[in-house]
Amino acid sequence: MSYQDYECVIGLEIHAQLKTQSKMFSADSTQFEAADNAHTSIVSVGMPGALPTPNRLGVELAIKTGLALGCTIRERSVFARKNYFYPDLPKGYQISQYDEPLCENGRVIYLLDGAKKEVRIVRAHLEEDAGKSVHIGDASLINFNRSGIPLLEVVSAPDMRSPREAAQYAKSLRQILRYIGVCDGNLEEGSMRCDCNISVRKKGETRLGTKVEIKNINSFRFVEKALEYEFERQVTLLHSGQAIVQETRLWDPDKNRTFSMRIKEDADDYRYFPDPDLLPLVVSSSYIEGLKKQLPELPLERFERFQKQYGLPSYDAEILTEEKEIADYFERAVVVCGNPKAVSNWMMTDLMRLLNDQKLDINQCPISSESLGELVQLIDSGTISGKIGKTLINEMWDTGRRPKQIVEEKGLVQISDEKVIEGIIDAVLKDHSHAVAEYRSGKTKSFGFLVGQIMKACKGQANPQKVNELLKKKLES
Amino acid sequence: MLDTGTTLSDVIRLIKERVVKVSEVTQFYLERATRLNPSINAFITVNDAVLDQAQKMDDQLPNQEQWEKQPLWGVPLGIKDMFCTKGLRTTAASRMLAQFVPPYDATVVSRLKQAGALILGKLNQDEFAMGSSTETSYFGQCRNPWHLEYVPGGSSGGSAAAVAASMCPAALGTDTGGSIRQPAHFCGIVGIKPTYGRVSRFGIVAFASSLDQAGPMTKTVEDAARILEVISGLDIKDQTTSSEKVPSWSNNLNPNVRGLRVGVLQEFMDKSSLNIDVARALEEVEAFLRKEGASLVPISLPLVKHGVSVYYLIASSEASSNLARYDGVRYGHRAQFDHFSGVTLERFYSRNRSEGFGAEVKSRIMLGTYCLSAGYYDAYYKKASQVRRLLRDDFLKAFQQCDVILSPVSTTPAFRLGERLHDPLQMYLNDICTVSVNLAGLCGISVPVTLSSQGLPIGVQFIGKPFDEQSLFNCGFALEKAFAFYRRFKNELPRL
Repeated sequence: MSYQDYECVIGLEIHAQLKTQSKMFSADSTQFEAADNAHTSIVSVGMPGALPTPNRLGVELAIKTGLALGCTIRERSVFARKNYFYPDLPKGYQISQYDEPLCENGRVIYLLDGAKKEVRIVRAHLEEDAGKSVHIGDASLINFNRSGIPLLEVVSAPDMRSPREAAQYAKSLRQILRYIGVCDGNLEEGSMRCDCNISVRKKGETRLGTKVEIKNINSFRFVEKALEYEFERQVTLLHSGQAIVQETRLWDPDKNRTFSMRIKEDADDYRYFPDPDLLPLVVSSSYIEGLKKQLPELPLERFERFQKQYGLPSYDAEILTEEKEIADYFERAVVVCGNPKAVSNWMMTDLMRLLNDQKLDINQCPISSESLGELVQLIDSGTISGKIGKTLINEMWDTGRRPKQIVEEKGLVQISDEKVIEGIIDAVLKDHSHAVAEYRSGKTKSFGFLVGQIMKACKGQANPQKVNELLKKKLES
Repeated sequence: MLDTGTTLSDVIRLIKERVVKVSEVTQFYLERATRLNPSINAFITVNDAVLDQAQKMDDQLPNQEQWEKQPLWGVPLGIKDMFCTKGLRTTAASRMLAQFVPPYDATVVSRLKQAGALILGKLNQDEFAMGSSTETSYFGQCRNPWHLEYVPGGSSGGSAAAVAASMCPAALGTDTGGSIRQPAHFCGIVGIKPTYGRVSRFGIVAFASSLDQAGPMTKTVEDAARILEVISGLDIKDQTTSSEKVPSWSNNLNPNVRGLRVGVLQEFMDKSSLNIDVARALEEVEAFLRKEGASLVPISLPLVKHGVSVYYLIASSEASSNLARYDGVRYGHRAQFDHFSGVTLERFYSRNRSEGFGAEVKSRIMLGTYCLSAGYYDAYYKKASQVRRLLRDDFLKAFQQCDVILSPVSTTPAFRLGERLHDPLQMYLNDICTVSVNLAGLCGISVPVTLSSQGLPIGVQFIGKPFDEQSLFNCGFALEKAFAFYRRFKNELPRL
């Protein structure tokens, strides 16, 4: 048996929690940290007579997402009821969208090994989340804090052909959602959830195989692992002449395998119908246009621009455009100093290290983008040496103060006055006549030693280029 | 001072003029409600606290300015048991909610309270408002005060019976397919179903969301107008409410019908299908309108014949979904299980719901579930929705030729208890004259005019354009002045 003879066909359904303060159809808070059932109301627990009122911001964020994904936005979409019984579904139906969703026909373009890859988006629709069942011993308890949380379900076409492609698509979608500020993309807290549909077929075959759904995977790594496992499982079955059962499976991260949750004998019948409690959702084309204007530059465009405009290598550009806030920081610093490559180097080395050590994100960085730009500027203008820069950045991190201020107070300004430097050199040469003699006898290595001694004597403040120049002159005169 | 002839407007005037105290009014109705309930069964719950609340109001009579803000000050009202009342049991006449005490007031209830009204108690009805006779209530059938062997109509039968028997001066009902108008007709009172969107549905136990509306049930047209003014208007908690201005209907009442174009709906005027007393009452009303200078315009709306079918498809579909929340998990009836081990979720639901719902509710849930199921949706729910839209278009077209439409409320006066309980088709057909008004989102009023040969009340229905409740009140007011049915409450209603 050879896996190479088979290919897999993957489509993802990603649920993204929209970043609103209150729930989609009620005023209860969406905050993650809360006591059980603290964020509930008569609406979100489905009391008799309670009615939903749509969250305007939820709609806005959904449209923004649709636009960022290149979708067509319906000016008139409809909320529908998806009817099924489950204890964490308080009304016995979920408010969702069915045949008239808000966003349709978009795409995500992303990089896979340096090449552009496109995945089509079939639809993105608004819906509310259910509560959460918790099983403790014999008891089953329900926490309704999540009940009614606004979700955007983004449904891709079955356009992915490998688990890695699928994981990369999910990461890119998350990146876009975070860029446009509609979702924090926090998988552990459940603000993004991923359902994968996968089937396999012999290469060259055009018909789709039997589809298996893997539900509720909460990390991109697990998306890839679960799909890999599933691919192998299905190929093995097919190869041994067995049929694939259409079913829903779950990923067990401890055992590294998927297992069957339920078998779909018939298609589920959710008895969708338009929710009579809610008016059709009508948005004007001018409103949509207005939201379009608010959209920031998207990650892929920015990545390409960074290479072109700043002459950055693609590796730098990729890292610097990973998060919108990092890219913004970079560009603000460049405005101050006009040296993109230097800013990039400082960010990719010292700054990222400091942030990682303290587990901070760029928004919490004690060094402002202006300060970093100023630091680069100080070095470029020769005011301080690069070596001083390295110590200076740590001080900036610790104190949060501007580099100019620190330089002035501590007298760290670079010594460029040749007379002063010559004085220091003379003193050092006098103290180390042995090394001078060695150099003159051909042991050029001593040159480095002498530079070190000079820099030490001036506390690193002397302009290193000038030190080199003058030392050479003196030794060879 | 207070007797069976007293109207809501009388009560307001008597309190205002300090002729009676609020507590005396409450005492009067409370005494009647308590005494008559064993025979009529109009109340499911009496508010134990109401007399205390009334006594507290005795010494705080509002000033003129406050009266305008609190036009129902001190008036004890009966509320159909579909409206959530904070701290007061709300059952929807179902075993499912027999112990349910809402933590909040329906918008309509809080508006009544803000207007100074008191809640005397919660009134009987068909279970979840599904029925036309108030015989499907878990709390027992309600009886017609005009003849105890007859039904009061439904589903707001308890409201109609309580008002007719002066167990409260006025009541609130809900109308999904005729549930205010038909019992008003059976009990000789006024009942109006406002235009869809006029009154908030927030806090009303949902039956069929696209059809449900709340409205007043009273002895006179003026009384109805006074209550509707208080409960109407935009509610941000109900997206389907309208921002349409709420006029002061009671101040604009005008009995002059000269020049009014009254459409006469031919499909419902077929004398052979109408009870002879109902037909005669309609003839009298037509003759009166003609005499007063109104012009009668025959109109035909062939689609109304499909009204009952369309109604039962749409209402049941919505109900099957609206009632899914009653699963015994968070509140409501839960079956007794000796232990839960081995009890599947399905079994848990199925027992809770089998025990909690009555037969009529179950059959409608099944009908609705069927209509919405894959493979049937297009043929039933979708087609019904299409016919519904055409029906509305036809009505709106008809309103180019006339200002209001006259029709029977029902083909017969009240029927005997049990007579139609086992003949659902006959029971459903009972709604033929009223359901179209809900389907088309119009307003309709039932106004009493006379008594049948058996001494049972007969009313007629006027149907109005969307948000033209004023025309309905005016037509009703004209009939009230001419036929003066309300006077019969004082002397003719059999001694109870």
